This record gives sequence, structure tokens and C-alpha cells, in this order.
Amino acid sequence: MAEVTMKVNGKSVTKSVKGNTLMTEFLRDELRLTGTHVGCDTSQCGACTIHVNGKQVKACTMFAGECDGAEIGTIEGQAAPDGTLNAIQAAFKEYHGLQCGFCTPGMVMAASSLLKDNPKPTEAEVRHHLEGNICRCTGYHNIVRAILAASGQDVPAVAAE
Amino acid sequence: MPKDHGIGASPKRREDARFLTGAGQYTDDINIHNQAYVHFLRSDVAHGKITNIDTTEAAEMPGVVRIFTGADFEGIGGLPCGWEITDKNGDPMKEPAHPVLAQGKVRHVGDPIAAVVADSLEEARNAAEAIVVDIEDLPAVVNMKAALTSDSALVHDDLSDNLCYDWQFGSDTEVVEKAFSEAAHVTTLELVNNRLIANPMEPRVAVGDYARANDESTLYTTSQNPHVIRLLMGAFVLGIPEHKLRVVAPDVGGGFGTKIFHYAEEAFCTFAARQINRAVKWTSTRSEAFMSDAHGRDHVTKIELALDADNNFTALRTDTYANMGAYLSTFSTSVPTWLHGTLMAGNYRTPAVQVNVKAVFTNTVPVDAYRGAGRPEATYSLERVIDKAARELGVDPIKLRRQNFITQFPYATPVAVEYDTGDYVATMDKMEELMDLGNFDARRKESEAKGKLRGLGINCFIEACGIAPSNLVGQLGARAGLYDAATVRVNATGSISVMVGAHSHGQGHETVFPQVVAEMLGIDDSLIDIVHGDTSKIPFGMGTYGSRSLAVCGSAMVRATEKIINKAKKIAAHLLEASEADIELKDGQFSVAGTDKSVAWGDVTLAAYVPHNYPLEDIEPGLEETAFYDPANFTYPAGAYACEVELDPETGEVKIEKFVSSDDFGNVINPMIVEGQVHGGIAQGIGQALLENASYDENGQLLSASYMDYAMPRADDLPMMANYVVDHSCQTPCTHNPLGVKGCGEAGAIGSPPTVVNAVIDALHSGGHKVEHIDMPVTPSRVWAAMQA
Repeated sequence: MAEVTMKVNGKSVTKSVKGNTLMTEFLRDELRLTGTHVGCDTSQCGACTIHVNGKQVKACTMFAGECDGAEIGTIEGQAAPDGTLNAIQAAFKEYHGLQCGFCTPGMVMAASSLLKDNPKPTEAEVRHHLEGNICRCTGYHNIVRAILAASGQDVPAVAAE
Repeated sequence: MPKDHGIGASPKRREDARFLTGAGQYTDDINIHNQAYVHFLRSDVAHGKITNIDTTEAAEMPGVVRIFTGADFEGIGGLPCGWEITDKNGDPMKEPAHPVLAQGKVRHVGDPIAAVVADSLEEARNAAEAIVVDIEDLPAVVNMKAALTSDSALVHDDLSDNLCYDWQFGSDTEVVEKAFSEAAHVTTLELVNNRLIANPMEPRVAVGDYARANDESTLYTTSQNPHVIRLLMGAFVLGIPEHKLRVVAPDVGGGFGTKIFHYAEEAFCTFAARQINRAVKWTSTRSEAFMSDAHGRDHVTKIELALDADNNFTALRTDTYANMGAYLSTFSTSVPTWLHGTLMAGNYRTPAVQVNVKAVFTNTVPVDAYRGAGRPEATYSLERVIDKAARELGVDPIKLRRQNFITQFPYATPVAVEYDTGDYVATMDKMEELMDLGNFDARRKESEAKGKLRGLGINCFIEACGIAPSNLVGQLGARAGLYDAATVRVNATGSISVMVGAHSHGQGHETVFPQVVAEMLGIDDSLIDIVHGDTSKIPFGMGTYGSRSLAVCGSAMVRATEKIINKAKKIAAHLLEASEADIELKDGQFSVAGTDKSVAWGDVTLAAYVPHNYPLEDIEPGLEETAFYDPANFTYPAGAYACEVELDPETGEVKIEKFVSSDDFGNVINPMIVEGQVHGGIAQGIGQALLENASYDENGQLLSASYMDYAMPRADDLPMMANYVVDHSCQTPCTHNPLGVKGCGEAGAIGSPPTVVNAVIDALHSGGHKVEHIDMPVTPSRVWAAMQA
């Protein structure tokens, strides 16, 4: 067991963890932040996508110990404290970019990372960025529309390009 | 101006706030104080005799609470099959036992042999590695046709062969043979409907809990139908009466059919919790899901179409081998029969149709319903053979379909169903308009200028949804009724809880169902909440599958709301000192016709619960009504789909350049949600056509057992926005349910696979490659191989 300290959604947490504790387990089991989901065991599905020091990471690919001292962002920290959705979350709702909701936290975190690096992506760039996030419900169409809308672009205009 | 509330509006989903903030409560998010964890030791061989299981060392490992094997389940019921099929000889199907944990033999890779319950999951896994299992390998039965030869190994030693049933349905053999012998042209096609894995993004989870003090069991599970699980598990497996068994299916992360069925892990966790008097939790890994979730499709079919000299369809005959896998999953037997054979007439007037299906046991994961369930298989066979016939006859595939369309309704098919309503010409017209077919040749030339081949694929489909009339399915072998139920509970202040038997796992019932009740009562839908997924909170229900929620459970909700209105009018009449017959309800106000006298919804509901001024001599206080609704017929959504593919002859790669769906779902309550359902269905259909394949080797090893091997559709596998339209503007309302709805959940997955394959074949022919068929998934290597042949 080793002690780790990290800032999760702006709040400092210190816990003793085993060396083999994955970040998915740390968030879900230790911190009870169950919005980060586990959809596979081969780091393919992206349902566990979080931010580590501002970078998009699949939480199943990191041990909690590796995040010692890091700033962690999860889906629980995306909306305002009063529950107001951020622009990406609001666009997912507006464009019906989610159905069962299981892949959604990972999608939102991946989208947020994309728009940080590429504020006005093309449709093809959005689709390419979602390569590591699988959704089985929506067929991605409305997720793509939501992300383009969240970027402030006119969705039909981007589609026509 | 589109409506902003009620029926036909697209309010944003109320579910979304919790899902978008990580506040959803999925089964794995549920933890019971002091729960133990179970890890299943699963077979890594397809077929073998268990000669020894030694758990001695494992039982001494740290944290181990108890280890269970098949011996612990002797005398306990096996997992039941919910539908009995009668063989064409009149015999019942063969129905082998399906133990919770393997007894004597393992029959597929993933078959659970032992279950280790421990204080932590890690300890359970570690101990499982210390269990010694000796298995004497037996020859694996994998290929269905080989499974039916006399020298095949037997999946079940107590059965005479590997044939579950040989089923024949539809027109008499003499009638069909006569039609074929008189045909001007016969087109024959052999094809495979590839085995798929549903892959909802949330793996299955079960948490069994037990309260010894009052002998009550609770199962939290990832289910589409908690009452069905309570009935199957309570009555058939564990012998727990309903009133001592609660089944909860909270937020469920997608189902697509594979979460309908009752699984061994659910029964195990419930059973083990009673044994150790402590909650037991199981969370499937994705690897386990691949080898324990029921798979879908897996048909091998020969289809023949007879036409007369004027190109009218005169007869259709199919011969299908349907894989059951190693055991009969809950509704497995109904899929290749009643959910497949009854749809074989499609949208066409073919006078003679005969369907033959041999269901076969193999050493593979059980196969059961997956989005569309039998209807995609029927549509694929039929629409591929029609396309081939058009090519052989040199006629336009749209014209050939149009010429044979059913145009008069109701229409009784030769395969026992009666289509109540439809307009196949209208959906075809709409598809042609949206596809801009007039400019197809120009687009083909543009593709050719880039060195690519462009193909156009056309497809029509019909499905039977809203399952199903209980008396009918009872005659057909179903061991359940297929009605649904709803309770409308109006509270004193006028707010409403609607308890529904349907279960929402992505479909947005929490948003859509209140739209209906709000419209009927003329009140704001924010006053109405839906309660679902907990057998202790809702009266009963058969759950969500087969595009049935709104058509069946929604109808129950309408009936219960009508009862509420009737009683509320009685109360209003009393308050207004008027005759009940004169009371009108509009915009949440009860008024006396022709006067300005009225009382508000809230006045009436308060009077029902504070009955100081109330007709107590005539009616009871309170305002709560339940209705059970048993549908009079199936519903028959139908549509016309088209797509254009661009095929790279250098690599065999196929890209979808344009896709249009034109669906008739009858009335639509929430267009936004309907379109989302179609998008998802089409993605799964395109996945089947181009990407997905559950592949076994000759030893019964599942080769596609992770997302590295099983190709799930990704965002860039699907059509770009500008060339993708899903349309549902053609609407012929269902004639027999109160909402006139037909169901939209499966259409996309049914309509799209033949559309894509027809387009690929068309592209190949445009390049001079006389390829008649490529089996799905149409991968670049298969296309390449076909081009070289």
C-alpha cells in the first residue's frame, strides 16, 4: 500500500492504495465517483475516459499510483456546482447525443479534450477523434452534431462542407 | 410551428441530466454493505467431460467465503426456455437441461464450471486459479450441417442427435412445388446471416441480496424485463415465490435483446446470497461478456424465388439452419421460427411461401434475440434474392419490388400474419426523392473518375412489432403472455407517478411516456414521472424488446389514464353539481359544457384524497388506476432504405457515401427519439453488413472475443451527416392500438444490412465483376477475393 494524493475535480484527496489499483477502481470504488464507467478490459471502449493534467486518458490504462500529484478531471466535475450543464453536456442534451448514457461520460470527456486542442473541428476531425470511444446506441450521428454545436459552429454548415 | 409539448413534440430528455453528470445509477454502481464478490471459473474448451474438480486448495485461500460447483445445484431447476416449438412431425422440440453451473460436461467456451465467492474480487480471482479441473476433451460440434450428420459428437448425451427441431411453416409443399414447376424463372441464393454479439456498452452485472429476518431476496440486475426475470428465476430455477423476491433493473446501459434473457449469473448471485446470508456481486468483464452473453443471428439459408413470365412473384421457399448454441436461451427457439418465418412474405403479394428451419445444437455460446430477432434474417434472405432476381432478369430492382408490393390492407399473408395497414409505395416514393436517384449516374461517373466503383442498394422491409397477442402466442408455444401493464397514481396535489412494465435502457421512456399522459389530461408534463425497473414498485410488466414499449405498455398507460379521466369526471361533476355527461376536460380544467363553471385538475385530485365534499356513496376516495393491455395484433412498421457505396477496387474497401431510410412507424410521439433509435439501428445494421462477426474456429474457440477482434462500428465507419437522412414522414397509423403507433427500435437494424450488401454487389457489377453474393461482413478481404474469383 502506498499513499497517493491528487486533486480530483479541484478537490484534494489522499488515500492509501495498492500498487495494482487502476484509476477506474480508485475513482469508482475508493472515491465512489461512479460516473467513470468500465465497458471493456482491453482499453478499447473509452467509457472510462478522464482528464489527467488536462490530457485525455483512459482511466483503465493508469494505476492510481501513477496519478500521485496529478490534477484529475472526471464527468462529475464538468457541470457547475448548481447543476448547470457545461456547453458540451448541454449540446449532448440538445442534440440527443446520448441514449443509455453508459458511454456518455467518456464521450463528454473526449469531446472536451478535442475542443480544447481544436476549437473548430471539421466533421471528419470529430469522427476521427472519437476513434477510441465506442457508442452502441446512437450511431454517433447525434454525438457528432452535439460536439460540432458545442464548438459554436453552425452544424448544417459544417455538414455541407 | 412544431409542437413544444405533448404528442408529436420533441422535448429534450429528462434522463439526460443524470447521465451527463455521472449521476446515473447503473447496477455496478450499487454496493450492499458487506457484500461478497463472485468470480466464475469458465471452461476454456468447447466440449469436454468434467472428470474431476478439486477445490480443496482454493477453499483455503485468503478471503474465500465459499466455492460452488455444479454439485451444489443438483435438484435445483435449470434455466428455462420460454417458448416451445413443435417439430413438423408433431413432436415437441428437444429441450436439454441448462444447469446454473456445469454438471458433468462443459458445452461451450465460457460455460461456468465453478464460482468462487470471496471478500474481494481479487481474492475470488486468485482462488479460482487454484481450482483444479480435469476435463477430458470431446470433439467440438461447431458447423451446423456437420452437427446433423450421424457421426457427429453429441452436445447433449441424453438426446438422440443435435437437432433441436425441424420446423415447417406456411404454404403446403404441393402448392409450393407446383408454383416452382410452373415458374418462368427461379432465382436461388445461398447465404449466411453472420453471428453477432449485441455488445451493449454496459456489461451485465448481478447483485444478489438476502434478508434472512423476513426471508426476502433482492436481485439487482442489468435486465430489460425485471418481472420476467422474477418469474423465470423464482418459479423455475430457485423456487422463491414472487412476494419474497424483488428484482430491480435500475439504469441499464443498453440491451439490444441480450439483456432480456435469464442468465445463470443472476440465479447464482440470488442463490448464493441466501446460502451465505450475505450480498453477492458479479460484474462481467467484457471478455466474459463475449463468451456468456447470448449471441445473435447465425443462420445459414438457401432461398428460392419463383416468378412468372411477367415478373410477378409466385412462390418463395427457404431452407435455414439456425444455430441454438449449446443450450436453449430464454427466447432462442422463437427467433428463427415465429419471429422469422412469419415475416418471410415481406412487403410482397407472393401467394405461396414456405419456410423450413432446422435448429441445431453446437458447442458455442447460446444464440437468442438480438435487435430485430429473426426479422433481419428474413429481410436479408428475401431482399437479397429479389435483388439477384432483378439482375438475372435485367429489370430495375425498384420496379420489380414495386410491381409485387402489397397495396391493399388489411392483408393476410401465406405465413399467418395479417398486416393491418401500410403504404409501401409511399415509403418507396419518399426514399427515391430523398436519394436524388436522378443524379445517381452523375455520382457514379464522379466515383469512376477517382478510380472507384459506385453501387446503389435498395431494400424494403416489414417487421412484426408490439409483441404480442397472448392467446395467439400461447397457441404458438409461448410459455408467457405478452401483454403489459401500467398504473397511473395521481397524488393529492395533482402530480402523477406512472408505474410501467416497460423498461427504459436508452429509449427515453421517462420523457416520452409523460408526453402522452400530459396530452390526455391537458396538464404540464413536469407533473408526471415514470417509475420503472423495480418489481416492488410497479404492478407487473413483460418489459422492453421487440419494439413493444409504446405499442403495448403505452397502450396500457392510455387505458389507465382513460380510467383516471372517467373517475375524475365523476368527482368534478359532484363538485360542479352537474351531470357527469356534461363534464368536459380541456387544458387541465373540468368544465360544464356550455357554461363558464369549471374546476381545475388540482381541485379534483385534492377532493379525491380529502373527500369532505365527495360522492362517497358512489365512488371510492383516491385516484389510482391500473390497466393491463393485451394487443389485438402485431404492429407492422415498414420502410424503404437505400444506400450508395464507393468501393475501392485496389483494396476492396467499401465506404458508405449516402444513406436514406424512409420508415412508416405509424404515429410518432417524439420525433427526436424516433430518429435516434433509427440512427442506432442503422449503425448496428451497417456493423453487421461491413464489420461484425462472431467467429469460431473448428475447435470451438471464439476467435473474436474482445474489441480488438470483434469490429464494433466507430464514428468514422458511418455515413457523414450531409448524405444521411432518416425520414419517418410516411405514417399509416396502427389500426388496433389507441396511440396508432407501431414501434421504431429495430427498423434500422432490419432494413440496413441487405441495403448495404445490395449496393456492394451493384458496385462490383458496374466494374464488370460478375459477383452474385458476398457473405457478411463484407470486409475488404472478402470483396477482394470475390473480385479475383
